[in-house]
Amino acid sequence: MTKNGFWFRAFNLYYEGFRNMTLGKTLWVIVLIKLFIIFVILKIFFFPNYLDEHSTDGGESDYVANELIERAS
Amino acid sequence: MTNLILSIDAGTIDWSRAQFALTAIYHWLFVPLTLGLAVIMGFAETIYYKKRTSFWKETTQFWQRLFGVNFAMGVATGIILEFEFGTNWSNYSWFVGDIFGAPLAIEGIVAFFMESTFVAVMFFGWKKVSAGFHLASTWLTGAGATISAWWILVANSWMQYPVGCNFNPDTMRNEMTSFFDVALSPFAIDKFCHTVISSWIIGAVFVVAVSCWFLLKKRHICMAVQSIRIAVVVGLFAALGAGLTGHKSGQTIAQVQPMKLAAMEALYEGGTEQGLKIVEGIEIPYGLSMMATNTLDGYVPGINNLLNGYIKNDGTIEPSADEKIQRGKIAIQALADYRKAKADDADEATLAEHLALLETNYQYFGYGYVKDKKDLIPPIFLNFWAFRIMVGLGCLFILFFGLIFILIYDIPYLSLICRRLLSAIGLLPETASDKASGADAMPQWLCWAAIIMVPLAYLASESGWLVAEFGRQPWTIQDMLPTWVAVSDLQSSSIITTFFIFLILFTTMLAIEINILIKQIKKGPAL
Repeated sequence: MTKNGFWFRAFNLYYEGFRNMTLGKTLWVIVLIKLFIIFVILKIFFFPNYLDEHSTDGGESDYVANELIERAS
Repeated sequence: MTNLILSIDAGTIDWSRAQFALTAIYHWLFVPLTLGLAVIMGFAETIYYKKRTSFWKETTQFWQRLFGVNFAMGVATGIILEFEFGTNWSNYSWFVGDIFGAPLAIEGIVAFFMESTFVAVMFFGWKKVSAGFHLASTWLTGAGATISAWWILVANSWMQYPVGCNFNPDTMRNEMTSFFDVALSPFAIDKFCHTVISSWIIGAVFVVAVSCWFLLKKRHICMAVQSIRIAVVVGLFAALGAGLTGHKSGQTIAQVQPMKLAAMEALYEGGTEQGLKIVEGIEIPYGLSMMATNTLDGYVPGINNLLNGYIKNDGTIEPSADEKIQRGKIAIQALADYRKAKADDADEATLAEHLALLETNYQYFGYGYVKDKKDLIPPIFLNFWAFRIMVGLGCLFILFFGLIFILIYDIPYLSLICRRLLSAIGLLPETASDKASGADAMPQWLCWAAIIMVPLAYLASESGWLVAEFGRQPWTIQDMLPTWVAVSDLQSSSIITTFFIFLILFTTMLAIEINILIKQIKKGPAL
């Protein structure tokens, strides 16, 4: 990877960009906290996949069919 | 609607809807500003590219900084909507199949690769890449965001106007039969044009407001004036464009969601030569017929006509709600019979008979869940006023941008007329010069008005979404799946818990964003 090569320059763009951030550092901290809350707390503890939990593996269509037919009666 | 709910708790539906609305409204605070600011910073950098002065570079970087704050705060807020689909709306999620999944997946890929690449070049690349490549990256950042919006709006449009699909009773999913019918449906095109162009209004109002704040503070006056000059052109173009695209959307809605149009107008008894209500009792003659059919005497059905059946403009008969309900029940029974016959290893002829019955009546499938036809009427009060707020504010933006455009560009004759009129009504001192340009062209009250326009622009944009989403009630998928069938059988208490978690989280995040944004605005450009 030479210094004038594309990959080095691409890496360097991100490396120096992140290193010299000022406002960006605050924003990244907020983004990471937000992503942690969304993907680790909310997704795992509050938003499970409903069909995975209430139907057998591969039986989702049967479950939904029952739901759709039963709710019409 | 509670009389329709069988085993499902009424609170489950209401809270699931409220939670989805809260998340979508919060997400939509960031998206339009991203789309709008992208255009304005693109123009600012284009001028820098041509002039190569530090003034235009600093001006561009200032707006890019505010864009960055908004962009960072908006990142991933839309993901929560997808979580809600899987948990709260599981029947819906399964039923829509890959039709909904495909556009969302494309959106995710485009957003990740295109935006993350070009956003990085835009922020980190000022000294690393050529001016031309940097300019291209800035425009492509905006293009990436706009393309992302396209796919999200395609997914939403399919729910409002399901095309390019076929229902498979074995998998219980709608399967895509034509990607292009889904991606280029007329509903999606109208929605995209209207939504994106109206988002530019928010970007323009924001830039004009921030610039006016600098004018009031007598700081960075040159940057403020030049930014207003860009934003007002974008804003005027967008406000006029939003009117035109809104008119086109109205025509599409008249064809595919006539009940939404009737609810927007609180029109119970339709007819030809229908006037457009400004408020109850005051109307523009022929306005509604014009809006819906592009003719002065076009027939527009009212709510009662839609419930009782009517003859459409093309001469075909639209069945009554009772008939649709009956046919919907036949479709659901045919589905049940088909699946039972399949499980019992019935012969092909029996299966084909059930399938044929299902296919014949499938267009009214969702009506089979309706017990009282009055439940097919969307909330009238909300639709009626949300539509008027959106259109009224849209007209206000045309006047607002038009006036600033005339004043700040000192348009010959028009500027003089405006100044004399403003003087006559006391909004400019009588001693004011007939000619003014730059900061002098912006009277103090207009600067304050510009700042007040920011919440109004958001109100107009969110009102548009209220019309779009409340107007299609009770359907999650038009004519196919009502909300009380789409929702998961959850305890309402668990949804209430997450609703309030979101409320706290979103309010906190919004407070943080506004705080950072205000700090960055106060800091101003590094001029």
